Formats: sequence, structure tokens, C-alpha cells
Amino acid sequence: MENRALFAGKLLPCLLILPQLAVSLIFFYWPAAQALWQSFLVQDAFGLSTEFVWFENYVNLLQTPEYYQAIAITLIFSALVAFFSLALGLLLAVMANRNIRGIQIYRTFLIVPYAVAPAVASVLFIFMFQPGLGMIARALQRNGIDWNPVLNGTHAMILVVIVAVWNQISYNFLFFLAGLQAIPKSVIEAAAIDGARPMRRFWTIVFPLLSPTTFFLIIVNITYVFFNTLGIIDTATGGGPNGATETLVYKVFQDGKVGTDLGGSGAQSVILMVIVVALTAFQFRYVEKKVHY
Amino acid sequence: MARVALRNVTKIYPGGFQAIKGIDFEVGDGQFCVLVGPSGCGKSTLLRMVAGLETITGGDIDIGGRIVNQVEPADRDIAMVFQNYALYPHMSVYNNMAYGLRNRGMGEAEIKTRVEEAARILELGAMLQRKPGQLSGGQRQRVAMGRAIVRQPKVFLFDEPLSNLDAKLRIAMRVEIRKLQRRLKTTSIYVTHDQLEAMTLADMLVVMNSGQVEQIGNPLDIYQKPATTFVASFIGAPPMNLLPIRSDGIKAQLPGATDGGILGIRPEDFVVSNDAGKGVAFDLTVEAIERVGAETFIYGAREREAQAVTATPGELPSGEVIVRIPGAEAPGIGQRIRAVAPRDRLHLFSADGRKRIDL
Repeated sequence: MENRALFAGKLLPCLLILPQLAVSLIFFYWPAAQALWQSFLVQDAFGLSTEFVWFENYVNLLQTPEYYQAIAITLIFSALVAFFSLALGLLLAVMANRNIRGIQIYRTFLIVPYAVAPAVASVLFIFMFQPGLGMIARALQRNGIDWNPVLNGTHAMILVVIVAVWNQISYNFLFFLAGLQAIPKSVIEAAAIDGARPMRRFWTIVFPLLSPTTFFLIIVNITYVFFNTLGIIDTATGGGPNGATETLVYKVFQDGKVGTDLGGSGAQSVILMVIVVALTAFQFRYVEKKVHY
Repeated sequence: MARVALRNVTKIYPGGFQAIKGIDFEVGDGQFCVLVGPSGCGKSTLLRMVAGLETITGGDIDIGGRIVNQVEPADRDIAMVFQNYALYPHMSVYNNMAYGLRNRGMGEAEIKTRVEEAARILELGAMLQRKPGQLSGGQRQRVAMGRAIVRQPKVFLFDEPLSNLDAKLRIAMRVEIRKLQRRLKTTSIYVTHDQLEAMTLADMLVVMNSGQVEQIGNPLDIYQKPATTFVASFIGAPPMNLLPIRSDGIKAQLPGATDGGILGIRPEDFVVSNDAGKGVAFDLTVEAIERVGAETFIYGAREREAQAVTATPGELPSGEVIVRIPGAEAPGIGQRIRAVAPRDRLHLFSADGRKRIDL
């Protein structure tokens, strides 16, 4: 079906896309180009001289063991966050997709966490998990768990995972709920008559029918964890202890802003950009086209 | 195979709306029962209560001698065909039909035999590996039927299964369903709002209106002796003419008719003639003509006091009378004709339309 707007001249359509183009150019392409340019440069410690070094920054980067540690941490972190935020979002959506009294209120409250800024959420959780002060930390300690995210890398990782998951659940919940509501009720009823118990019904009918939503959310969540968790990590752990929560994006920030190694940071940014482009391309190519029934 | 009995079944929604107001009937073993009525009369709700998809507020539903009020849909040994087919979109036709059997732990070899047998009966053999999205409406309809018959349940339930098909396919599928049911001899309950579908399919017809049964019987009996004006105007197309009996021409021609009753005449019972004979005659001005081919419908206005009874589904403008005549002949518009209905074809109802009075 022809579903395009037709314009008589060329001026109006150009004017209409100009604002979007301007935003993209100023806030995305220009910094991206700068990062790319920077990644080929080396500056001396005082910023007095700059040298064009081709791929030296990349070579150095790929020879640093810390970079591989950051990759491993990012993979673990994103796998944990994606899994738990999807699983919990789905669980809540299934619960909220029933006809019970006051369901609208529950649904609204389940969406609210998404409105909380990541850094603010992070601060709340730091308080709750603060060893010696936080109520959850003290409860854990009373039960014989020596909780200390400041010193223990695993604990620090658990803390940032909890914050990131908490922040992301609402988003996943919303999409899963919409996905669930798009499944015709009669299909579920047919399965009930066909003798499938609720659990079996869920895994053989509902879950497969949700797969387009699930795949979309996996990509979105991975993208989120890769790039948007900087605030959480910075407020909660600052990448520590001993780099235990230093993800790729946090390392970009750390090396560039704090370490003032603009060349190395630029190289890392470019690699991250390549990853996000690949993820997005994958989503468009495979997820949006192939996952249907 | 089983008998299905409903005993004083009621349904009240939490908001207080009474959808089903005490329904009693019994469908015999192997019978084809059709529930017919206008939208919102509760027929689908009633069917869903039999299926176990809606709770029962009061009364009992009995399938094969077992009261199933508290029994899960899966354990009622029924199969249902939905209006939108409700096929599992991510499964092949084969798996759609096999799903219910697998859930019951049947062996794959037995499943294969049953699915292939159903596919043969329904001519789906070439499509077993396709997904529902690759099928036409009629084919999807047949898969939905196949999913029901492989299970070999005690009862088939049909919820307006043909209303999403185009007119031609609907007639073909109607015949198919009837043949299939005759062959399998499975007790069936079928919901429709289409009175033609109801007439042609039913062994037993249940006419429903606002949560109650208006009349139960075999289709021809109901057609020939409607119990209320609602049934009279709902069953039959075009609907029966319903005219109030007041101190006018009708009463004079009907010795013994009580004042304030309602006279019903089916359009096909009229004869255009100048001889009143032993019947009731109307002088009409022809207002509109509908030529259908085999027959022609004349919409005529009565001369004097002309007010028809508006029974809910009747939808006839007051004072208008429909007369059916054979296709070839037709009067011109504005022409005046005399339509005569023989006395033995008249229907007489009480003033409120709730009771039939035998002449």
C-alpha cells in the first residue's frame, strides 16, 4: 500500500527534516567524528603538542590486560542485567495481565521506577546497601553475610546489577504487558480447552508468541547496559573495587575524563560505537524481519 | 458422545448485570443444538459457560451425566471452534491439531494417525506443514475444525464459526459442518446470530433473547408456530408482518379475535388477489419492490390506520407490510393491490407479544 506523504516542491520536506538532522549532526555525528579523529592522535602530558599516530592507540589498547578485563566485566554485567530485568519484567507483566481489582493502580506503580533518574536510584541503593548504615546491608550482616561492596568486587557487581535491573524492569514490564495484551484471549482459551495447564500454556503458547517483544527487549537492554549504566556505576562504585565494576563505557569515561588519555579513550569510544552499530543493524536485519510466526 | 443438560443456569456478572436468567434445556446424545438470538442475548456467554470459560452463578451444567460446574475446561472433554479460529499462529497445521493430544500424553504414532485422518476428512493433507498465516480463511476454519475432531470429544462447541467467512464460503462450510456432525454423531452446540444458519443446521433450535429462552423446538416447528412475537420476527427473512388488532378492518375480518392482540402474517403467506375468500385482506399501496430473482418482495403501505407492532428485531416501519410473490410478476410502484392471507396461515399473539393464541 502506498502510504507516503507527497510534497509538491523540495523546500518544505527539506525544512521539515532539518531540525532532526541538526540534532543528529550536532549531538551525534560531530562528537562521533571528534572521537574518531582523537583516536588517531597522541597528546603529551601538558597538552602542548599533538601527534598523528594512526592506529597506535588501538594497538596499545588491545595490548592492555585491563581492557580485556573490562570487556569480560561488561559481558557478565550485561548478561546478568538483561536476564534478570527481562525475567522480572515478564513475571510482573504476567501478574499484572490478570483481571484483579485495582489492576490499573498496580500497573501504574510498576511503571514509576522508570521515571527515576539512574543516578538517583543508585544513591538510594547505596544507602540501603551501605555497610554499617544501610538497612539491607545490616540485615545481611545480621544473617552472617559479610556484605561489603566497597571492598568485595563480587558484592560491588551485585549492587550495580541490582540498581540497573531495578531501573530497567519498568521498561521491560511495559513492553511485555503490551505484548501479552496483544495475544488474542481466544488463543489462550483454546489452549486451556486443549488441556494445557497454566505453566504449559505459558511456555508453549504465550512465550513463543511474545518472542518478537523478547528479542526487541534483549537488544534494547544490552544497548542500555553497554552505554547507559555510566551514572549508576559512577555513583555506586566508581568502577571499583579494583576495577571489578569497570565496564567498557565506564573505562571510556575514566580514561578520558579522569586519566586525560584522550587518544586511548577515543579509540575505546570508536570500538563501542562499532558495537552499537552492529547491535542496531542486527536488530533491524534479523529481529524485526525474521522473528515472526 | 454425551447428553448435555442445563438446569436453571444463571450468570450474574460482578457488576450486577444478569446475562443469563435461568435457562433449562437438554441436548440429546448426538444432537445438533443451535443457540440463536440477536447480539447481546447471552448465547455466547452460555456457550462459554458450557465450555468452562465463564463461571456459573447458579444452576447446573451436566455433560454426560456429570455436573461440570467446577470442572476445568480441559477436563470437560469438549472441543470448541472459535469465531476467530484461535489457531496457534507459531505452530504448523499439524502441530495445531496435535497440541491437544500431546497435552494429554498421547503417543506420537497415535497422534499421527488421528491428525492424518482429520486432515483427510477436511482436505488439509497438503497443508500440514504450513503455518496458519499462510492459509486462507476457509482453510483456517477447517484447521479449527480439525483441532476439534482429532480430540474425539464428547461435545463440540461452535461459537459463530462462520461469521468471518464470505457469503459463498459460509454456505459451503455450513453444509460441511452438518455433514461432518452427522458422520461423527458428536453432540454439538452451535451459537449463531444468523437465523438461516440456525434453521439449516439445527436438530434442535433454542431461540434466546436478553438472557432467556424464548422458544425451544425443531426449526420447522418454530418457524410454523412461533411462541412469541420476538421469535416470529427473528426467525424467517424477511420477518413476519406483525399488526395490532384494533377496531379496524382486521378485527372485522377476524371473528373471535380479542381486542388488542397482535396478528402475524409471513410475507410468503400472502396472495395478491381480489378475492378475499376465507382470509384477511389488506389494501396496500406499493411503496417499494425488491426483486431477488426467484421471488419479489413488495413493501406496501396500508390504507387507513396503519401501525405495525415494532417487535425488537422486526425493524419494519410502522404501517408497512411485506408481501412475497413469485419472481416473474411485479406491480408498479404506487399501484394499489389487495393482499390476502388465508385464515389457516395466520398467527395470533397476546397484546404483549409474549403468548401465542391458537385460532
